[in-house]
Amino acid sequence: MRENLVLVGNGMAGVRTLEELFKHGDDLYNITVIGSEPHPNYNRMMLSPVLASEKTVSDIILNSREWYEEHGIELITGDGVTEISRVNKSVITASGRKFPYDRLLLATGSNPFIIPVPGADKEGVIGFRDIHDVETMLAATRQYKNAVVIGGGLLGLEAANGLMKQGMNVTVVHLLDTLMERQLDKPAAAMLKTSLEQKGLKFLMEAQTAELIGEQRVTGVKFADGSEVDADLVVMAVGIRPNIELLQQAGIYCERGVVVNDTMQTYDPSIYAVGECVQHRKQCYGLVAPLFEQARVAANHLAQVGSTRYEGSVTSTKLKVTGIDLFSAGNFNEEEGDEAMVLQDPASGTYKKLVIRDNKIKGAVLFGDTMDGTWYFQLMREGTNIADFRRTIMFGQHDLGDAGHGDAQVLALPDSAEICGCNGVCKGEIVNAISKQGLFTLEDVRAHTKASSSCGSCTGLVEALLASTVGEGYDEAPSKKPMCGCTEHSHDDVIRAIKQQKLKTMPDVREFMEWKTPDGCAACRPALNYYLLANWPEEYQDDAQSRFINERAHGNIQKDGTYSVVPRMFGGLCTANDLRAIADVSDKYKVPEMKVTGGQRIDLFGVQKEDLPAVWKDLSDAGFVSGHAYGKAMRTVKTCAGKTWCRFGTQNSTGLGVKLEELTWGSWMPHKFKLAVSGCPRNCAEATIKDFGVVCVDSGYELHVGGNGGIKVRVTDLLCKVETEQQVLEYCGAFIQKYREEAHYLERTAPWVERVGLSTIKECILDDEEARKALYDRFKLSQKYAQIDPWKARAEGEAAHEFTPLKIAG
Amino acid sequence: MTMNALAQEAGNWIEIVALEDIPQLGSRVIKTDTVDIALFRTALDEVFAIKDACPHKQGPLSQGIVHGTSVTCPLHNWKIDLASGEALGPDEGCTNVYPVKVENGMVYLGSLEARAA
Ligand SMILES: Cc1cc2nc3c(=O)[nH]c(=O)nc-3n(C[C@H](O)[C@H](O)[C@H](O)COP(=O)(O)OP(=O)(O)OC[C@H]3O[C@@H](n4cnc5c(N)ncnc54)[C@H](O)[C@@H]3O)c2cc1C
Ligand code: HEM
Ligand code: SF4
Ligand code: SF4
Ligand code: FES
Repeated sequence: MRENLVLVGNGMAGVRTLEELFKHGDDLYNITVIGSEPHPNYNRMMLSPVLASEKTVSDIILNSREWYEEHGIELITGDGVTEISRVNKSVITASGRKFPYDRLLLATGSNPFIIPVPGADKEGVIGFRDIHDVETMLAATRQYKNAVVIGGGLLGLEAANGLMKQGMNVTVVHLLDTLMERQLDKPAAAMLKTSLEQKGLKFLMEAQTAELIGEQRVTGVKFADGSEVDADLVVMAVGIRPNIELLQQAGIYCERGVVVNDTMQTYDPSIYAVGECVQHRKQCYGLVAPLFEQARVAANHLAQVGSTRYEGSVTSTKLKVTGIDLFSAGNFNEEEGDEAMVLQDPASGTYKKLVIRDNKIKGAVLFGDTMDGTWYFQLMREGTNIADFRRTIMFGQHDLGDAGHGDAQVLALPDSAEICGCNGVCKGEIVNAISKQGLFTLEDVRAHTKASSSCGSCTGLVEALLASTVGEGYDEAPSKKPMCGCTEHSHDDVIRAIKQQKLKTMPDVREFMEWKTPDGCAACRPALNYYLLANWPEEYQDDAQSRFINERAHGNIQKDGTYSVVPRMFGGLCTANDLRAIADVSDKYKVPEMKVTGGQRIDLFGVQKEDLPAVWKDLSDAGFVSGHAYGKAMRTVKTCAGKTWCRFGTQNSTGLGVKLEELTWGSWMPHKFKLAVSGCPRNCAEATIKDFGVVCVDSGYELHVGGNGGIKVRVTDLLCKVETEQQVLEYCGAFIQKYREEAHYLERTAPWVERVGLSTIKECILDDEEARKALYDRFKLSQKYAQIDPWKARAEGEAAHEFTPLKIAG
Repeated sequence: MTMNALAQEAGNWIEIVALEDIPQLGSRVIKTDTVDIALFRTALDEVFAIKDACPHKQGPLSQGIVHGTSVTCPLHNWKIDLASGEALGPDEGCTNVYPVKVENGMVYLGSLEARAA
């Protein structure tokens, strides 16, 4: 017998919990959903654009009635719950219907706070909370002229903007002297006020409402100082109160909201609560991002997986008024001991302020240019040490995909503009999928449209579209991001567990960490395989079936299904015999095209899969090993001519390049890894855009780390200067090993260095000789097992099934 | 038509390869004159045969990563159900499935005529 789950409150947090629950299975409960509103679940945040006629009610429905049917949910709309009987474990609705529950989920949201002044009960005085309120306002705009919005916060300004767009004469009344004082500091608030005034809004600041005047319907607002304004419509937007009356009557323990623990249970363990009605660790939330985190945890426990806890959220806000870009997060007013960085350009109307303490971001306010809001917010939540890039932090991350596109520019693009170049997805398709299918996360958009699911360079653009289409509800980076759909655990959790619990096989990891799938998926298997290999080089047996095809076949699969073969040329050096051997292979196997790669070696294109072992055998006999041009592995060491030939050369760059490549070839990495050695600061080998680059100088060697070319070029950071080749090798090995042990799978050195901070890496590799030597030793140990040429092994028959098709006639 | 019905109709079976010559969670490709067929073996030793072409853009499914009873295409990560040939999750599309059976450690494929039917 399935248990009954009853959801009271058919709104954003409650239904999101059900969606999360269905990820664990469709048939865990008999579900009944009871909502007082006559609509299926809709996106409440989008009421503002509906009021401004930028969207219609049908645009903002998140779950159609068919959705409820498909999931076998009994849906009751337009009939609120009036009583919870905990003794009988049932709920009773206004129309008298009774529903028994085994578990009850409360998500009743909140109510707008109506200031108790005389006249507050007159016709034409409303809050701004649901579709009904919006319909009332829209009706009033057709009949009346003057509107007053009480409250100059987020909600009030969005309401005022919408009413003004409908042609009303709107005055915003605010008790304090700063708009949105909970989100903005004074300069930003003043800029906001100016631009809203330019749009046509009027403001009465420091005005205390005393009375609403009129007969049956309101006609004006009277203030404490005796002054008055005309008003045929008064919208109260001074705050919200958790909607807990019903719960209090049922004797469930409430303070400001209904009190829940980290598993979203109330004091009655069979009753769960999520959303704005909830108070968790003394905190009530009024934004959807935290509610969605709560939903995930509640679903997890309802599904009896029980492995996650809600630990509170840090929130950020943006204002949804078209044409005004505003972002705010954290503590944006500096206190004693904080430092404030401010960048203000009155001409372009931009203002940026970061509040910093001990090199960590505590808060941010952005006005006019909010492109980097997400980045600052992430730095803030993760507590990243910003010491290394303090000097440029105000100028932003320049992280929004194709250089030059910003939030604003994406929104201005036509629907036909291609956003994801890899998968050919246009803006229109993405926006459509987001609104029609009710998507909230980047992962959802990736799954439904494929946009941003390949190289990821358009991620910033897709996030901008998400933010503008769903509003701020979209989950930016959840504070702890699961590795994939098979688990709740993050990459860091998994890496830690593998080390601490000495987990040495994939089944052990999956069992210990309670994986939801028996053998993982295409995202976690390669990652686990890598982590185990990196941690237990002596014991772990590499699992070919957990590698992507290129690494399994040791060649790059090309678009016509043939493979390319790139033999290693240490340091880019070669002999006439090497070239002759390659030429012979090319003739013998009719290789259609050859090319000198940017990594200073030769690529043979168009080799048939069946021919690979024979090609490798010939190359191997001539002394070549695999170039690993196909793998998340050490790729090449690029070198310049150097001291031997070049008149500028200061050291033997080719010789050092060969030594580095001999040290590092064959090692598996979280992502591809490239090196280079330049013989002098003219840097012909482009060492400063490599994962590890050496620039020779007269007195020694400068070591540079964390660079990459590619879609987003990142120049390396200087790690240090050393004096001998032996030191170069040791520091290089230690850096690589630290990266191999700590980075997330598929994270290149550039984002890794930014995530953990260059200073942390320096502390370990420069200041702690013992740690450096230990890292270097561990790297050399793992190389003992890694430097076995995979081509030679396959030429000698390993994994032959991989290369031999079965043939039948017909 | 169900797999069993297909198989019955197939009548005669062609011997293909020993089960142990397909890696667990791996695949082999059967080349015929008309079509490439991917033969998969799961962790629990179930065997499936589907056309080696992804419904999305003809990616070689045999080269994908196998998990549970599905395979993830190596080109753009569509997930294909091995039993039905259908794309899972939000993607839509379907590729052909072929009857297979395992007897005494040997894998058999339903005959080609039956498959054309
Ligand atoms: C105009 C507007 C703009 C907003 N903009 C943003 C934004 O940009 N970003 C952001 O993060 N957040 C925004 N919010 C806030 C966000 O919409 C809420 O945080 C979110 O909807 C709360 O979800 P919830 O499920 O807790 O409550 P709700 O979505 O309010 O759902 C509660 C539901 O329960 C029903 N209910 C209540 N009592 C009963 C009962 N006894 N029986 C049956 N049903 C009952 C209610 O009718 C309601 O439908 C905005 C809110 C509004 C009103
Ligand atoms: C997202 C970005 C990139 C992708 C997807 C990518 C992809 C590839 C692929 C598929 C190959 C192998 C070609 C083959 O042999 O079939 C390759 C080789 C190569 N790429 Fe890239 N590349 C990227 C960025 C870069 C950048 C930024 C650089 C240089 C600054 C670069 C330099 C090279 C070089 C030099 C080779 C030859 C490798 C060798 O000799 O081993 N690539 N790249
Ligand atoms: S980097 Fe310096 S040493 Fe090397 S080739 Fe260029 S100029 Fe010569
Ligand atoms: S730049 Fe790299 S990924 Fe792009 S086409 Fe050339 S080889 Fe392929
Ligand atoms: S071809 Fe298979 S996912 Fe694109």
